[in-house]
Amino acid sequence: MSATEENKTKGRWASGVIPYREMGYWRPDYEPLETDIICLFRIIPQEGVEPEEAAAAVAGESSTATWTVVWTDRLTSYDDYRAKAYRVDPIPGTNQYFAYIAYSIDLFEEGSVTNVAASVIGNVFGFKALKALRLEDMRFPLHYVKTFQGPAHGIVVEREYLDKYGRPLLGATTKPKLGLSARNYGRVAYEALRGGLDFTKDDENIGSQPFMRWRDRFLYVMEGVNRAMAETGEVKGHYLNVTAATMEDMYERAEFARDLGSVIIMVDLVVGYTGIQSMAKWARKNGMILHLHRAGHSTYTRQKTHGVSFRVISKWMRLIGVDHIHAGTVVGKLEGDPNMIHGFYKTLRDSKVEANLQEGLFFDQDWGSMPGVMPVASGGIHAGQMHLLLHHLGEDVVLQFGGGTIGHPMGISAGATANRVALEAMIKARNEGKDILNEGPEILQKAARLSPSLQAALDVWKDVSFNYESTDTPDVIPTPSV
Amino acid sequence: MAFHLTQGTFSYLPPLTDDEIKMQIDYALNHNWPLSVEFTDDPHPRNTYWEMWGLPMFDQKDPAAILYEINECRKAYPNHYIRLNAYDPSRGRQTLALSFIVNRPANDPGFHLHRQEVADRQIHYTLHSYATDKPKGERFSD
Repeated sequence: MSATEENKTKGRWASGVIPYREMGYWRPDYEPLETDIICLFRIIPQEGVEPEEAAAAVAGESSTATWTVVWTDRLTSYDDYRAKAYRVDPIPGTNQYFAYIAYSIDLFEEGSVTNVAASVIGNVFGFKALKALRLEDMRFPLHYVKTFQGPAHGIVVEREYLDKYGRPLLGATTKPKLGLSARNYGRVAYEALRGGLDFTKDDENIGSQPFMRWRDRFLYVMEGVNRAMAETGEVKGHYLNVTAATMEDMYERAEFARDLGSVIIMVDLVVGYTGIQSMAKWARKNGMILHLHRAGHSTYTRQKTHGVSFRVISKWMRLIGVDHIHAGTVVGKLEGDPNMIHGFYKTLRDSKVEANLQEGLFFDQDWGSMPGVMPVASGGIHAGQMHLLLHHLGEDVVLQFGGGTIGHPMGISAGATANRVALEAMIKARNEGKDILNEGPEILQKAARLSPSLQAALDVWKDVSFNYESTDTPDVIPTPSV
Repeated sequence: MAFHLTQGTFSYLPPLTDDEIKMQIDYALNHNWPLSVEFTDDPHPRNTYWEMWGLPMFDQKDPAAILYEINECRKAYPNHYIRLNAYDPSRGRQTLALSFIVNRPANDPGFHLHRQEVADRQIHYTLHSYATDKPKGERFSD
């Protein structure tokens, strides 16, 4: 029975409570329109709740419904405005289901991730009929993508602006994260940049603390950046964190960074979608690259059964308009299944992304001409992994070696040089057709013969790896072929 | 320590030999990226437009012919910076895919960092290449 027929039956509009699936939110016959926004949720219904009813409840609560019948629905073209759960698949070996829900494009304000989020993760995650809920993926139609500015500059413009081609960019986060005075802090930036890095970075929790106020930090860091540019003749930058308590404070800091000639600023994910999008607009208007540190994301992205996948956050951030986003390292100290990270990187960089269940990509996603976001790999990586990093992450990425630069036994500048030598040697070898995945360690050893800095880095970190099991893994694994 | 300009994809490795340059040319040609040769005696990092040694070699598929152009440029401008660019014209990229220095002047005196001190402890920074104190064509000659 179609929804229209169903709605004709008398009972639908009688006052009281009826199941969501009978209110028109479960529509197994529905074929999503090309313009629909589609969500894929992982749901665990409470005992005794049918998965179709749970899916319909999510569709209802994330679009037009409330818990009871309201006559005012009949003042609307309700069949258009209702979200439609149209498919529920059990996930083998679990009590979980994948629920596909389609939303009309007109349910969402143009160019507003905040509005999208308010709908699709607004109310439903605390819903009693569900034990747990996770937003796994979203398909945004190109029609909707086109209502966003997208990255303030994107990968291509960033490379041209920085005059750096053919290799990943290199960065380092200043350590210790907290406690350095502004004068000492600028020293770290100077040493790392003159040694060969392209970027240094404030950490996520650097704001304007008593030990170092933001204005002092900006002044000393820019002295370091400019000194390093004079030493190398190369464009350099430091992600000045403008994250603050209010938008007014953030604009003040961003404007100061611009006036000092910085090429890049950063914000933290914790400032919220609206705050980030405001900064993205500001960044395009002011010619400033915008780096996003995904501070806080693991509170809702890491556990597989509840929260929001980082794949969705990646899509939102590309729409919102950041130029950089931390997206995993595969080999470093932070969570990251290789397949899932490949999926995030594609989502951030490619123009057309094809569905690939093994990489957690449930939908084809067409970004049209929206520029790509430069992913950033940061956290527990070092020069000895260069072949693995290049193999897994490709060329359009910022590789950030914080400890792997600053912890170098010969000093920060030597640490930076070690990373740059390792990177250039690996790119050269790859371009020459060498099998870097297998020959990587020998390529690095050979390059180290001419670079004492690299040799020292390889010696000190040779056995460091972080082999822990990932929690956020794909549900589909390839069947081994014999 | 003598100044060493670190622009380009390979600036922290020993200078590439002609054979090694040829392997990079092969890599670019395998991707259908046309190559071009450019030279300058103004190494400022914001000097985007180095002089073109002819047009980009859109139809040249012979690595030896491209290496020949590099060497002709080296003969004509031995005391200039020369770079080899590979350009990716594909949709969504349309930018350089590889760009590295293949010739350096014998001696580059480097950059002066000019500091203009203004109000509120701010400093306006300007990079100035010492070489460009001399007129074009006379820079880097010893």
